[in-house]
Amino acid sequence: MSNSTGNSVSIPAEPPLVTGNLGFHDITQLVSYHTEKRPPSVWYMTLLVSTSLLSVLMLMIGYLVWNGVGVWGNNNPVGWGWPIVNFVFWVGIGHAGTLISAILFLFRQQWRTAINRSAEAMTIFAVICALLFPTIHVGRVWVIYWTLPLPNQMEMWPQFKSPLLWDVFAVSVYFTVSLVFWYIGMVPDLATLRDRARNTFRKRILGFFSLGWSGANRHWRNYEKTYLLLAALATPLVLSVHSVVSFDFAVSIIPGWHTTIFPPYFVAGAIFSGFAMVMTLLILARKIYGIENIITIDHLEKMAIITLLTGSMVGFAYITEFFIAWYSQVEYEQYAFINRATGPYAWAYWIMMSCNLLFPQFFWVKRLRRSIPFLFVTSIIVNIGMWFERFVITVTSLHRDYLPSSWDYFNPTFVDVLTFAGSFGLFMTLFLIFLRFLPMVAMAEVKMVLPESDPHFYDNHDSKPEHPEAQ
Amino acid sequence: MIKKILQGIKATMGIYEARTDGVYGLLAEFPHPGALIDAARKIRESGYQHFDTHSPFPIHGMDRAMGLGQSKVGYLTLIGGISGLGLATWLQWWTSAIDYPINISGKPFFALEPAIPIMFELTVLLAALLTVGGMLAMNGLPRPYNPLFYSREFLRVTDDAFFLHIAASDSNFDLQETEALLKNFGASSVEVIHDHGHSDLNSA
Repeated sequence: MSNSTGNSVSIPAEPPLVTGNLGFHDITQLVSYHTEKRPPSVWYMTLLVSTSLLSVLMLMIGYLVWNGVGVWGNNNPVGWGWPIVNFVFWVGIGHAGTLISAILFLFRQQWRTAINRSAEAMTIFAVICALLFPTIHVGRVWVIYWTLPLPNQMEMWPQFKSPLLWDVFAVSVYFTVSLVFWYIGMVPDLATLRDRARNTFRKRILGFFSLGWSGANRHWRNYEKTYLLLAALATPLVLSVHSVVSFDFAVSIIPGWHTTIFPPYFVAGAIFSGFAMVMTLLILARKIYGIENIITIDHLEKMAIITLLTGSMVGFAYITEFFIAWYSQVEYEQYAFINRATGPYAWAYWIMMSCNLLFPQFFWVKRLRRSIPFLFVTSIIVNIGMWFERFVITVTSLHRDYLPSSWDYFNPTFVDVLTFAGSFGLFMTLFLIFLRFLPMVAMAEVKMVLPESDPHFYDNHDSKPEHPEAQ
Repeated sequence: MIKKILQGIKATMGIYEARTDGVYGLLAEFPHPGALIDAARKIRESGYQHFDTHSPFPIHGMDRAMGLGQSKVGYLTLIGGISGLGLATWLQWWTSAIDYPINISGKPFFALEPAIPIMFELTVLLAALLTVGGMLAMNGLPRPYNPLFYSREFLRVTDDAFFLHIAASDSNFDLQETEALLKNFGASSVEVIHDHGHSDLNSA
């Protein structure tokens, strides 16, 4: 290690990923501290709101199960109302986390380390909300196990040619793999919390979940390989989930659904909405928990750029759909699209167009990409737009089917609205519990992106620096 | 014989046997990753095998310094992936073409195209689960009992401290000589670790 003193070619330095001259211990302290102190009063207030919404959700589910799906606004042509809109909405949001943790990992985008843990948590909670909706949409929830590959009382098996069954597999595999990925990534950080724990109960619980992790290099070796392999497995998985969700629509023969553009278009939209949700949550969390040096404005700007990219892809897909409808010369297809833009749901269509195509275009301006209030508002607008996208796709295509006598307008009932609102309660409650009890930033990974983690950092310093970050 | 093989396997996981007098090994602290990697290389060159470094994050180049090869986890991923693919293919073919064929719109009972999504999903699922299971098995985790945890200093290993541990089971291990060697290689402090409890090897 002594020969590299002559090796002092200066490479234009990249902006530091962690600002504020933080050392290893500072990062441990900054992140772990929040799981150890009393939570701020904002946390309690938000928890109160979230759990109230969660109780509304529970009440609505109870009401639904007792009375049957007639309590929803779903009618004869529009058999897939809000439950499916909400399912696609939540499952889309659940794309950002694994994208950040897997795809950006493979591309060696080191800035991901600051946000991957919370984004993955968000993913898992969003997928939980997503799984809820098709489960209650089947009507008789108590026989939901019929979707499992088990023969029923007539010894018949589930129909594997059905996209709905593919969906069951896709979403549950995605959930399982994301959960495993998240947990495995968290083990070293849980060990950090274990080693800082004072009382026996906390030590025991964390000791159980940290699996006796001791930071051994023999372990890191297999661990890092596992993480890489999981990232490689999760990457096609992320892209496949929303593709399979889009098959629910695309494999049918409904005009407006039966298009081959759906899989990539759904995936782009999912990443778009997922990043918007990550932004919404992290802008609040970094402020409240004072971790602006770890989740920096640069991170937010990079997310804004991804939002701009995916938003434009989604917008391009909207326009392509229109073009193909005209170009195909299929009368039904053409009607479906003209009706979307000018028919009874034109209001929803234009909300979708402006929120998803127009608003992200402001991110071409650097000043707006770095303005936190603007980012926050846009991230919410994007998610409103993405909810409407799913509404437009689901409801406008169904409300005009091939038989004009069954045409009808879809109106949601209070149960629809309150169930959807309640799902935010479920999501937020889970996220708040995560912020309170688990390390919200991947400490070991953030330490790795500090220049001090590189053994060669010390080559030019003859004395052993006590505080290398002072350099 | 079998015990020797088992000890060898456990040594690859970083699980070592304590000496009969209860000495588990020496734990040396180093000031920073650069010093740790340097010491690890020198310890290996001095002929030690039962040693490991402990750090809050993986250190780039440490595998080479310690003389460890590629991790073998990838083979398990491959086995998992192939089993998942096989299971999904068999499940869809056997249930819909053999056990209870149902004619739907004259479509073939089994065709590759509609079977692909589930084949993909189960491939990924089993590959991921076997990778994680294999990683834990190869690391000997979960390992709730580890004599190193008796050290107060070792609590900082998940925070900002860098340690090298030489196990007493190493054939070159000598309490005084090894300690002197570690000090010589730049250790800021060296501590003798005793195994107070029953390690899983002793009870086996």
